[in-house]
Amino acid sequence: MDSMSDLAPVDEAELAAILRDRCAARDPVWIKGGGTRIAPRRDAVLDLTRLSGVVTYEPGEMTLIARAGTSLTQIREMLAAEGQALAFDPPDVRGMTGRGGESTIGGVVAANASGPRRLFAGACRDHLLGVRFVDGQGRRLKNGGRVMKNVTGLDLSKLLAGSFGTLGVLTEVALKTLPAAHDQATLQFDAPTEADALALFCAALATPFEVSGAAWHGGTAWLRIEGLPAQLTYRRDRLLALLDRKGAQVLDAAATATRWQDLRDVHHFQGAMPLWRLLVKPTDAPRIADALRGLGGDLSLDWGGGLIWYAGPAAPADLRELVPHATLIRPAGLTASIFPAPAGPVARLSQGLRRSFDPAGILNPGLMDG
Amino acid sequence: MSSIVMPQPDERILSRAPQIVAALRQALPDDAVISDLVETRAYECDALTAYRCPPLAVVLPRSTAEVAAAMRVCADMGVPVVPRGAGTSLAGGALPTADCVVIGTMRLNSFLEIDTQNRFARVQTGVTNLSVSAELEPLGFFYAPDPSSQLACTIAGNIAMNSGGAHCLKYGVTTNNLMGATVVLTTGEVIELGGPEMGPQGLDLLGLLCGSEGQLGIVTEAVLKILPRPEGARPVLIGFDDAEVAGECVARIIRSGILPVAIEYMDEPCLRAVEAFARAGYPKCAAVLIVEVEGSAQEISDQIARIRAIADALNPVEFRESRNADEALAIWKGRKSAFGAMGVLGDYICLDGTVPVGQLPFTLRRIGELSRHHGLEVANVFHAGDGNMHPLILFNANEPGQLERAEAFGGDILRLCVEVGGCLTGEHGVGIEKRDLMSTQYGPDDLAIQMEVKDVFDPQWLLNPAKVFPLDASQPFRERVA
Ligand SMILES: Cc1cc2nc3c(=O)[nH]c(=O)nc-3n(C[C@H](O)[C@H](O)[C@H](O)COP(=O)(O)OP(=O)(O)OC[C@H]3O[C@@H](n4cnc5c(N)ncnc54)[C@H](O)[C@@H]3O)c2cc1C
Repeated sequence: MDSMSDLAPVDEAELAAILRDRCAARDPVWIKGGGTRIAPRRDAVLDLTRLSGVVTYEPGEMTLIARAGTSLTQIREMLAAEGQALAFDPPDVRGMTGRGGESTIGGVVAANASGPRRLFAGACRDHLLGVRFVDGQGRRLKNGGRVMKNVTGLDLSKLLAGSFGTLGVLTEVALKTLPAAHDQATLQFDAPTEADALALFCAALATPFEVSGAAWHGGTAWLRIEGLPAQLTYRRDRLLALLDRKGAQVLDAAATATRWQDLRDVHHFQGAMPLWRLLVKPTDAPRIADALRGLGGDLSLDWGGGLIWYAGPAAPADLRELVPHATLIRPAGLTASIFPAPAGPVARLSQGLRRSFDPAGILNPGLMDG
Repeated sequence: MSSIVMPQPDERILSRAPQIVAALRQALPDDAVISDLVETRAYECDALTAYRCPPLAVVLPRSTAEVAAAMRVCADMGVPVVPRGAGTSLAGGALPTADCVVIGTMRLNSFLEIDTQNRFARVQTGVTNLSVSAELEPLGFFYAPDPSSQLACTIAGNIAMNSGGAHCLKYGVTTNNLMGATVVLTTGEVIELGGPEMGPQGLDLLGLLCGSEGQLGIVTEAVLKILPRPEGARPVLIGFDDAEVAGECVARIIRSGILPVAIEYMDEPCLRAVEAFARAGYPKCAAVLIVEVEGSAQEISDQIARIRAIADALNPVEFRESRNADEALAIWKGRKSAFGAMGVLGDYICLDGTVPVGQLPFTLRRIGELSRHHGLEVANVFHAGDGNMHPLILFNANEPGQLERAEAFGGDILRLCVEVGGCLTGEHGVGIEKRDLMSTQYGPDDLAIQMEVKDVFDPQWLLNPAKVFPLDASQPFRERVA
């Protein structure tokens, strides 16, 4: 528990009482978890770490239900002991954001945080089965459930995922777990430019070999493959033959694990520069990369070119002219908003939703408004 | 004759029918508006055929702009709108009311862009599900969600219902394969959600839209994720003389780390019906599983060997491998004809509650007890890998009282699904069919927030107004605007 904060509910009922009071007083809270801003007032930090613990984990049903404050590390270890994992492989964002602390599963869902496997396995929201949360009026709500298929009513779980706490405070999340890959390997290629990388990615991702990672940095491209032993050999040989590049190397399972953990956590861009996350149409990546280099700094690619990490000094306005949705992951002194403001009817709908869930505007105010 | 109530049509709208039709004709090309009762009858129901009602008019636009024009007329004149794809909803999602305008997507049937480099297809939403994969086949790609109704159902309906299919165990349902959508709001404004980028960016409105059953807007175009076709696929058939052991086999396969594309389950009543109808040559036993795996020939053999080892430990009555395409078809034949086979036996209601996989044996046993209690036969054929059940309740619609009994039995089964930790519907949607059962799964506040969300998108409650939410719960919203 964070000794700095006064608001640290031990259960959902206490959280609801806090939010009812805050709503009546129109007094905001800043929810503590990965990616949120530093609260301006000590007494406004809502600390969820006491709302923790695994509610159920049924490996045979591939379902996990955990309270929002449960640490991600604890969950990873518990799943690994059963040979399972979260297929979207959420990143450890500490290095990226330059902040300490421990990622919580609620924070992961609130940020829809998804690692390199998103390319193949989908994002966090694709593995989310249901949520419990408290809205800005202190209502205790649930949506979805714990089963794999559920279309009962509106899918508010998806809406809550990636809402960064602005619609409600998650108290419990139900996630699908999957068997961890039996075996894995990485094909490593020389790819001097982003265009070279894209050529490799597009060719590899048009095959049925279930490439579960496609990333590039500093002239090297990596493709990850996974599967049962027979699958792995077959996929490796077929891909190497198809891509037919000189100097291609194969990394074994252990080297693959570290390589992709580093890529997932964007280890290569730790430090003092602002860090941006840009989602683009993959084949646009080389063009955008050229423009970014013109602004200074360095960049890397993930998700087969669909995700650009940019670490550099570019002015926020210039970046958002290039990629309107550019998200600021590590401000490193910049005062720009984390997310761009939505525009047009979508802005009206987003604000309308915000008002329904949080009429007094007390949950992470301003965070997603640009 | 049936027990689901729809609100009385609004007399103020009915009395203005000629003006409404005239306004639609003015805003749209002449052949886009249908108001003749002979023709509107074709739209009086969906696949929940016990409920029928011709609409005031039907509009069949050819473009997003025409949908927007029709929507604007309806909003200006306060007329409810029922969006419609192919009308294959099993939940009454596309059921009209006498005072509504049906906006159908059937003429929105163009393929706009296929991009294999970025792996997406942009389509108008009136294209059928099967035609998308057919279009992609020569390029070596496919679109994964494959509802059994795929020959007829549209991408519009798939998005609205968040439809699944036999292969969703591996590939997920519609929401996991949808990248973007063009949506006409009730204001007539057109918005783009998502796109070829791997979003979402900002609030996940696309995730909210998918599965919203036409409550939030009319979807006219979609960006679909497309996947490279697997090199091959092969099913195996495993028969057990004990239904619970079959359930155990499902759980063990899943835990083993093999990810089959499909695990289908058929129980004894279903096997009997299928055998009589299709002569698929299935073993006579308590339960049959069909498990399909994908990959190269070598990968498939490897996976099947693993499945055989798991099954053998459970003493199956039979383990049948398919050695070629014909044998694979023969294994699927019975499963694919299951609904047809049931149709021959009589009328049926098809439910689709989901339960946690571990609760399958208990739930099946309980359904058997309920069947005896209600005096109606039930057959089970379903996607076992994800616990999405499809109990088919057999009844005779011509015998007074049987539909009501079947519906009561269905209600009991769905309440059972919720009790064991599952939900009312895994892929067919709520529509009118499960509308009034929603409060067994959700508390008043859980439903209120969903209706408040609808309110943000549709403050006049024009889109599919008497569906999804229990009528008494939605009444304050509907009456406030009436
Ligand atoms: C024999 C049979 C087998 C089936 N098998 C499956 C299966 O395996 N898996 C499965 O998931 N479902 C299945 N279904 C159910 C049904 O086919 C699906 O729900 C399908 O997605 C409906 O598509 P449709 O085009 O027929 O939509 P419709 O029935 O016309 O409409 C469905 C819903 O979508 C709304 N809607 C339609 N168009 C739009 C639009 N443009 N914008 C917004 N809302 C819209 C309607 O208002 C309605 O609520 C089956 C049905 C049958 C009859």
